[in-house]
Amino acid sequence: MPESILVGLDGSEASGRAADAAADAARRHGLRLVLACVVPWSPYSFTTAEENERRPVEKEREAASARERVLDPVVARLSEPGDLVIEGVVRHGHPAETLVRLAREHDAAWITVGRIGQSRVRTLLFGSTPTSLIQLSPVPVLVVP
Amino acid sequence: MTSPSGSLLAATFDERVDGFFAPVSDVITTIVFFAVPLDFIDEGVELPLIVVWLVIAGLFFTIYLRGFQFRAFRHAIQLIRGRYDDPRDAGEVTHFQALATAVSGTVGLGNIAGVAVAISLGGPGATLWMIIAGLLGMCTKGVECTLGVKYRNVYPDGRVSGGPMYYLTKGLRERSPRLGTFGKVLAVLFCIFTLGGAVGGGNMFQANQAFSQAQSVTGGADGPLGGGGAGAIFGLVLALLVGAVIIGGIRSIARVTDKLVPFMAVFYVIACLTVLFANLTAIPDALWAIVSQAFSPEAGYGGIVGVLIQGFRRAAFSNEAGLGSAAIAHSAVKTEHPATEGHVAVLEPFIDTVVICTMTALAIVITGTYLDEASDPGVQTTSAAFESVVGWFPIVLAVAVILFAYSTMLAWSYYGLKAATYLFGESMVVDRTWKLVFCLFVVIGASSTLDAVIGFSDSMIFLMSLPNIIGLYLLARVVKREITGYRARIDSGEILPVAERT
Repeated sequence: MPESILVGLDGSEASGRAADAAADAARRHGLRLVLACVVPWSPYSFTTAEENERRPVEKEREAASARERVLDPVVARLSEPGDLVIEGVVRHGHPAETLVRLAREHDAAWITVGRIGQSRVRTLLFGSTPTSLIQLSPVPVLVVP
Repeated sequence: MTSPSGSLLAATFDERVDGFFAPVSDVITTIVFFAVPLDFIDEGVELPLIVVWLVIAGLFFTIYLRGFQFRAFRHAIQLIRGRYDDPRDAGEVTHFQALATAVSGTVGLGNIAGVAVAISLGGPGATLWMIIAGLLGMCTKGVECTLGVKYRNVYPDGRVSGGPMYYLTKGLRERSPRLGTFGKVLAVLFCIFTLGGAVGGGNMFQANQAFSQAQSVTGGADGPLGGGGAGAIFGLVLALLVGAVIIGGIRSIARVTDKLVPFMAVFYVIACLTVLFANLTAIPDALWAIVSQAFSPEAGYGGIVGVLIQGFRRAAFSNEAGLGSAAIAHSAVKTEHPATEGHVAVLEPFIDTVVICTMTALAIVITGTYLDEASDPGVQTTSAAFESVVGWFPIVLAVAVILFAYSTMLAWSYYGLKAATYLFGESMVVDRTWKLVFCLFVVIGASSTLDAVIGFSDSMIFLMSLPNIIGLYLLARVVKREITGYRARIDSGEILPVAERT
């Protein structure tokens, strides 16, 4: 039996609504809620030597700022009623791939994400996390408008 | 440059820079390239000891580590593909990034201009020796980078950096306290030479050749960049662009070049292949010339030793193996085992010398442009080879040259900075002073003639290998332990690829 619901957060309003929807479902099914914020990062990007030197510091800073600005407010809001087991995770990596990995690690029943509502041209050019998630995910994906 | 008086003034500036610089360069060159005359082989053949020094190091480590560079290849590629990266380390510097940073620092004009110089002075046979030097250099590089990671420095604020100055001090102190003092001396010497190498080969040589190519594609001496002060003005613009990134901290420029350099490198190889395919029938002859003339060159190239020296010298200048610079670039990688970066670093001279330099060499040998004595050997020799096939290739080459030069300059400004802060301590004053001096030398490099620049660049860069390689020999046992220990754990299955871990 799956034991959690995974939510991908990016600080947008839609991702906030996704978290709300997932919290409701978690209550109903008695599942854990895992809130994840993925800092976009590629192991194959090109960097300068100076950036490499600072990388460990930068990684910490990025993670701390993601936790502070994106994760903590939502965790605080949803844990107020006190009837849910909530876990917050910050990871670096490709957003969709990392969410899939987290879904496996936490044995998620499904993944919930918000829709960004970007134009078709943008999606065509850059893709979007929900669309690549649908292609990669081993579990159902719920996209909240 | 329209008014005659203006151009006269400018002309004297370039000449004055050159006049001041040439004698300085001559003195240093004579000392560093102290050569044993080998008149018994052929008139005028000399053997520079510094080149022997580098090659023997490569040979020693290849034998001592039983051909490590060849055995490391497969595992190095697995490491780069992230097969052994712990997902929890996502966000840190990967093996791929460390290698890419190092490669963008080494792939520079040595690959385009240096090769042309080698073949113009040593004939087609120099190519073979260059490749052999590249293969030996792979091992030296692996040794350096293993040590660079093992003894790297973690600053109190969490930054990570390493390099010969750290393994020379920490590594030798670990062996014995008395060696520790000696290590300190070596580290200081290394840093002084690195400052010189950074303004020489990492800066002036690059600026100089970038200007030379820009001038030649815009119409040579009659074009807009043909005037007397053009070199100084070109240098000033380049210095401003370098300064904008290293002093002004305008990261976006650096980021753009970072994205363009790999693209240009691929394009450069494609351009070389185009030249080869256009002359498909000439390839067997060219290959034969490269192999046969490596051992029995035609007259005028200084005999087998002369050819060998040219090949070895330019290979070392291009891939920087044994100089210690790569150890600085590679050491920020996130890894538990220093030997992993040693494996990955082996690929750097391979990409630089065995692939890219060989491409340039084939293009030059096939088209025969090295025989043309009208132009100075350098970028223009390569440019002429490209032009003989596709008319507009020299323009692309000029863009590539300027980009390669620029990225190499940024990389060396960092190496120099690390040396400066090691010598004078971490402070804003040291940081700013070094960066301003660096920018000043961009201007000097662009306005100087090639001989003066190339002499100085070579000497300072090669001097770095003196303290560095002494350190490598003294720490050889440490490296062997690291590498064989790591490989034993891989073979026994103690270290598994991430996918197979439970």
